[in-house]
Amino acid sequence: MTEIQVLSNSRRRTGSTFLRKHQLIIAPVAFITPAFAMFSLFVIYPIIQSIGLSFVEWQGIGPQTWVGLDNYRELLGDPVFWKALTNNVYWLVLFLLAPVLGLFIALFLNQNVFGIRLVKSLFFFPFVVSQIVVGLVFAWFYDPAFGLLATMLEPLGVKFPAILSNENWATFGIILAGLWPQTAYCMILYLTGLNSVNPEVIEAARLDGAKGWRLLVNIVLPQLRAATFIAVVVTIIGALRSFDLVAIMTGGGPYNSSNVLAYYMYDNAIFRYRMGYASAIATILFLIMDLYIAWFLMRLLKNEKGSR
Amino acid sequence: MRYLKTTVCAVALMLCSTSAFARDLVMNANTSDPAQKLAMEELIADFEAAYPEIDVKFNLYDHEAFKVAMRNFLVSDAPDLITWNAGNRMKVFVDLGLLEDVSDVWQAEGLHEAMPAVVSASSVEGKQYGVPYAYYAWGFYYRKDLFEQAGITSTPTTWEEFLEVGAKLNAAGITPITIGTKDLWPTAGWFDFLNMRINGGEFHAQLMDGKVAYTDERVKRVFEKWAELVSADFFVENHPGYSFQEALPFMNQGKSAMYLLAPFIVSMFPDDVREQVEWFPFPVIDPAVGIYEDAPTDSFHIPKNATNKEDARLFLAFAAQADVQTKTAATLDMLPPNINASVKDDRFAQGGFAQLGQANGIMQFYDRDTDPALAKVGMEGFQEFMQNPDRIDAILQRIEAERERIYGAL
Repeated sequence: MTEIQVLSNSRRRTGSTFLRKHQLIIAPVAFITPAFAMFSLFVIYPIIQSIGLSFVEWQGIGPQTWVGLDNYRELLGDPVFWKALTNNVYWLVLFLLAPVLGLFIALFLNQNVFGIRLVKSLFFFPFVVSQIVVGLVFAWFYDPAFGLLATMLEPLGVKFPAILSNENWATFGIILAGLWPQTAYCMILYLTGLNSVNPEVIEAARLDGAKGWRLLVNIVLPQLRAATFIAVVVTIIGALRSFDLVAIMTGGGPYNSSNVLAYYMYDNAIFRYRMGYASAIATILFLIMDLYIAWFLMRLLKNEKGSR
Repeated sequence: MRYLKTTVCAVALMLCSTSAFARDLVMNANTSDPAQKLAMEELIADFEAAYPEIDVKFNLYDHEAFKVAMRNFLVSDAPDLITWNAGNRMKVFVDLGLLEDVSDVWQAEGLHEAMPAVVSASSVEGKQYGVPYAYYAWGFYYRKDLFEQAGITSTPTTWEEFLEVGAKLNAAGITPITIGTKDLWPTAGWFDFLNMRINGGEFHAQLMDGKVAYTDERVKRVFEKWAELVSADFFVENHPGYSFQEALPFMNQGKSAMYLLAPFIVSMFPDDVREQVEWFPFPVIDPAVGIYEDAPTDSFHIPKNATNKEDARLFLAFAAQADVQTKTAATLDMLPPNINASVKDDRFAQGGFAQLGQANGIMQFYDRDTDPALAKVGMEGFQEFMQNPDRIDAILQRIEAERERIYGAL
């Protein structure tokens, strides 16, 4: 009797314990699966598909023709591609002014006086409005005939240059417009960061005679490292995928002088029906971002190891 | 990308019908300008009144969004009717087997006789793939009062007269011509007309089909004439910064006198300015060359994958009727292709109609006649040329390289 009892008991256990035994594997997999399925379907699969498309010639519908590396070869000889890449570098470098400016505005606004909340929200305002609106507003500022700046400078006898229709200035005009909301965003990151700065440390530093620049660089900035990290990452990604402002302010013009990779890709796919060529540009942009992210993650890991 | 204005589509204006046995006819249209939208709504209302058992479902798209969307819906979820453009733009989709052969409608309705001007633009290898509902002439819209102010008594008919008019306007402190080239295509109107006036329609058609090199001497001659205008300060400054609408205030404020454009500009003038605006055709440059004109044609097509082709054919036949075309074209400020229809009684429509009537041949438009990728590179080149005429050789080489990539070496 007892033997049978034990046997059935153990049998019951084996039946229900498969799940329990592998709980540590099954549970995470079960939870990750839906998200992973979605991510694969809507992110990873399109990336692979897009890379695949960069080896064909295709106008969006109809047959696809395999052309191997021809799209990439054409890219290397395409002056617009190089112009767009150069402009992306300008974007990258100049956009890094946003965290710096944001930090100083945050330091300036980080005080308790009457109405400071209103002032802070006014400074944050450009980030709230759509990029399209920012682009339109700046395009109107710049308008050399009817624009605000031109009209203001006219009585002074100064002729305002036509920024957006000048091949040398268009990109910088757009970057300036882009810096406005980006600075606001970095400012808000630093403002929240400044809230968590330990006042006792500041106090101690002051007692030791640190003030001004040295206080900022040696005491405050290290405590803002998290904010700086986020601000720089977001800014660089923002610079690489700059698209909306270019589209709305110049459309990449005049004659491609303000084009960037993201817009040139769109232009090829949507207006020239060259899906393969556009995919090749997308792949290059993807690689650039990958390189940056890999370098960044490696540095991050190194730093974390170092701090331990 | 999601912010981009042009990809945002205005969706789904449902026109309700209470008919008990409603047959649905789905129509996707790109007629999003106010006048176009009104014309299309009126046309659909009239059609539904004539065929109460048919219920038209009207989906309206922005122009650029439509170009993108149609490549999807023609393949996946085709409507029964679309609006599109005759000529090469239509041929692209005919070649892909996505548009229905509607030669039977042309036969049954006698459209070959009724619409002689648009037969070739609607045909691919002798078969018709769409029914045009309106076309329009390009030409100079100019301010009569500014011309008088500069001491100009008559509109120019030759190149010399045209240069003289410009010189007089410049002397009076008025920029002769306004243009906004941010969207690129207004530059193509200039190229088309100069090329057709200098080298004729046949050469222009060959160039559009990629059969002539852009580095050809004859193409260079076009830019030599164009450079005469640029160096004589005919065009407003900083035109790459303005869209075609944004260049209009120069004319409204009396700073500029002429605009080479199409009838859709008419409704954009403020009332007091419109009273002063008149029209003249592009002047003759070489009297030995015939008159060739740009006359872009808008038409209805039935997708190959449509479900209700029978009622779509009824709609095509209805839209081709003379009285229907009279009404639609009048709302659009355009011309009815049906010769039995009457042209709106205003100076712009009548002027354009007369000019097209005496033309030796018509083309669609640069970016409708040639490959879209080539058109983009070409128009960027035209824009750069208008800013830097001295770079013409490099520009033409770049356009030629794109032509060769698409159409092959000559």
